[in-house]
Amino acid sequence: MLRYVLRRLLTAIPTLFVIVTLAFFLMRVAPGGPFNQERGLSPEIKANLEAQFGLNDPLWLQYAHYLGNLLRGNFGPSYNMPDFTVGELFAKGLPISIQLGASALILALLLGSVLGTIAALNQNKLGDYAVIALATAGSTIPTFVIAPVIQLLFGLTWKLLPIGGWGDGAFINKIGPILTLALPQIAIVARLMRGSMIESLRSNHIRTARALGLSDWSVVVKHALRGAVLPIVSFTGPAAAALLTGSVIVETIFSVPGVGRYFVDAALNRDYTLVMGTVVVIAIFTIVFNLIVDIMYAVVDPRVRYD
Amino acid sequence: MLKNMLKATVFATTMTLAAGAFYSPALAETVYNRGTAAESESVDPHKTSTVYEANILRDLFQGLVMQDEKTNLIPGAAESWTVSDDGTVYTFKLRGNGLWSDGSPVTAEDFVYAFRRLEDPATGAEYASMLYPIKNAEEVNTKKGKPEEMGVKAIDATTLEVTLKAPTPYFLEMLTHQATYPVSKASIEKLGADWIKPGNLVSNGAYTLAEWVPNDHMKLVKNAKFWDAATVKMDVVNYIPTEDRSSAMKRFEAGELDSYDDLPTEQLADLKTKFGDQIRVGPQLGTYYYAIKTDKAPWDNAELRNAISMAIDRDFLAEKVWQNAMLPGYSMVPPGIQGYTPAMAKFADMSQIDREDAAKKVLEKLGYTPDKPLKMEIRYNTSENHKNTAVAIQEQLKPLGVDVTLLNTDTKTHYSFLEQKGDYDVARAAWIADYKDPETFLGISRKASGNNYSDYNSAPYEAAMDKAAAAGGKPEDRMKDLSDAERVLIDDVGQIPLLYYSYHDIVSSKLHGFVDNVMDIHPSRFVSKD
Repeated sequence: MLRYVLRRLLTAIPTLFVIVTLAFFLMRVAPGGPFNQERGLSPEIKANLEAQFGLNDPLWLQYAHYLGNLLRGNFGPSYNMPDFTVGELFAKGLPISIQLGASALILALLLGSVLGTIAALNQNKLGDYAVIALATAGSTIPTFVIAPVIQLLFGLTWKLLPIGGWGDGAFINKIGPILTLALPQIAIVARLMRGSMIESLRSNHIRTARALGLSDWSVVVKHALRGAVLPIVSFTGPAAAALLTGSVIVETIFSVPGVGRYFVDAALNRDYTLVMGTVVVIAIFTIVFNLIVDIMYAVVDPRVRYD
Repeated sequence: MLKNMLKATVFATTMTLAAGAFYSPALAETVYNRGTAAESESVDPHKTSTVYEANILRDLFQGLVMQDEKTNLIPGAAESWTVSDDGTVYTFKLRGNGLWSDGSPVTAEDFVYAFRRLEDPATGAEYASMLYPIKNAEEVNTKKGKPEEMGVKAIDATTLEVTLKAPTPYFLEMLTHQATYPVSKASIEKLGADWIKPGNLVSNGAYTLAEWVPNDHMKLVKNAKFWDAATVKMDVVNYIPTEDRSSAMKRFEAGELDSYDDLPTEQLADLKTKFGDQIRVGPQLGTYYYAIKTDKAPWDNAELRNAISMAIDRDFLAEKVWQNAMLPGYSMVPPGIQGYTPAMAKFADMSQIDREDAAKKVLEKLGYTPDKPLKMEIRYNTSENHKNTAVAIQEQLKPLGVDVTLLNTDTKTHYSFLEQKGDYDVARAAWIADYKDPETFLGISRKASGNNYSDYNSAPYEAAMDKAAAAGGKPEDRMKDLSDAERVLIDDVGQIPLLYYSYHDIVSSKLHGFVDNVMDIHPSRFVSKD
């Protein structure tokens, strides 16, 4: 297993390199640059700015500099927020996005699995219909609708939660964003769990277990659940990468200082280094979580071996 | 087990809420939670470019002159000044009690250092041009001169002499811009790039920087060393970026924000009903215009340009598209600058029907009819309101035989295309005043201006602008010359002014000293709270 993990981590390096290279050159192909704005700059002033950030160097040299800095863990300065380096922006924002994303993911996995199991055990009964209805609503209502409704109900009407802001990380400020992030994920997990649980309950080994006289609890928890959870494990990898690196909509509506907003803002502002930073972070998260999912597969399903 | 978990959860929540209480300010502290529509880019006066940091820097720093709550020019770091008879030498006398927040005196040498730093090409200051009127400043910025050759000199610790290359009557107004604020030479030399960090930043304004969490808040605390600290009412000013305007309205309603500098204009009527006098809307010094390619056929025909301009129903744009968050505009310089009368388009007083009839006749004369339409492309940068404006104009021009197509790109692409003098017909643009003078609006149509997207090139216009620049010490003569220049520009339809901007703030009735003005400037120094 250790060899497998090391091999996967080693193969991630060329993958990362390709992603960084593609992103670097694609950003430069996009029209407009970091210093194009409503109030046009004179060519001399623009040249001064470009010289300051090395943007007047040939592209290959800029690329070489970027790679060199990246290898030293230096993401470079932000063009649009010159008081911060990209590293500083991530150091401040990433823990916040991770906190919210991890909480939402755990909530989604727990609640979604329970709801999905309840639905599967009550197939075509009221409980099943209720979960299906909730899951359909949860996965179709967009986040930009859920968030304002939560603000309106919990913030303004019942005055239980703040409308927005991080509040220096107070728990109460996190509830709205976590709920908004988690609701669609709960719906997805519940639907996945319901389907795989129904399939698992119909499988031969469960029939055998029932025939052997095992209790319902034992059949469901010890045998059916183990097989049913595999699709959830598959889903968790990309979902974790997406949730932990922040959500543009949730962070914007709740004024959360995470990194989710950088994905869009940096691209629109042609803040090349910040865009590259976000690409690298997402790529790393995706690679790591896919690896974790593969390892989890081996843990959950003893038939899977990687050595 | 479940019971224990519930207990633990309740306990943890209670502790967290209790901990949250400690974050609340002390009882005696007055806190102003100031909502802004966007995050600041920088708190370095020489690296800023947007109005969002202008507000913050006005609180942190104090230039030689400043503006009061009504935007009148008042002494800042300089308590007085004199101007030579030829209008080229300004001698500023700094306050004897002017201190940096670290207690050291603000000296003339700090200004010399700051002005040179602004022009130093290595600084990469976007607003270096703000001090170009100073002798040799432009030369330094464009690497044709040395910093020591700039027309800025410390006569002694409290006397600063600034020599201009030509009389510049709006020079004092320019000095209200954040790019011209002083920076502490000692602090920058000691801390290098870290001088700007919270806790390090030494400033000479009413406030100092205590915290900055990007996209969350920037906390400013009262500067005890500020020379006029006794009159500053707010102990803490939190700048809170809230990009989502609907969320901002809810945060205001919930009391999380005391003011906010933008409104969802599509909800303006409802917001007025809900919040009453707390909604503040009024004229601001800004013009929303369409640049039109004056050097490309058929747009090189001034008669055609005028017909297009004439046919656009600005009242409809202001009232229906912008929900009265903009005002109909017929001049490049918006009204509101004391002593200046904008030159309005001659058709401004005509009824819309008469305008359309007149425009139709011109278009027919030039051979454009619904059967043989004039092709026109409007480029605009991404925004629902820009799109709606362009769509409305498309509909307005259709009956006149103008076939309008629309092209939307993101802001960077849009302005990059315009700056590179790309091939287009009509393009959306805007100009918000940096300082209270007509020159800021008229300068963009000069031949040499990088913002002259229309490629407007008129000898009479250049002559009138030159004459205004040479008018020297007689403000009324200069204003007359500028108005004459604008008359040339408007009659030529060098640009198509469509709308004047308006400020649209929401301000708690508990706040005092937040006075409406055409620059939408509200120094926290003058604000108090019940």
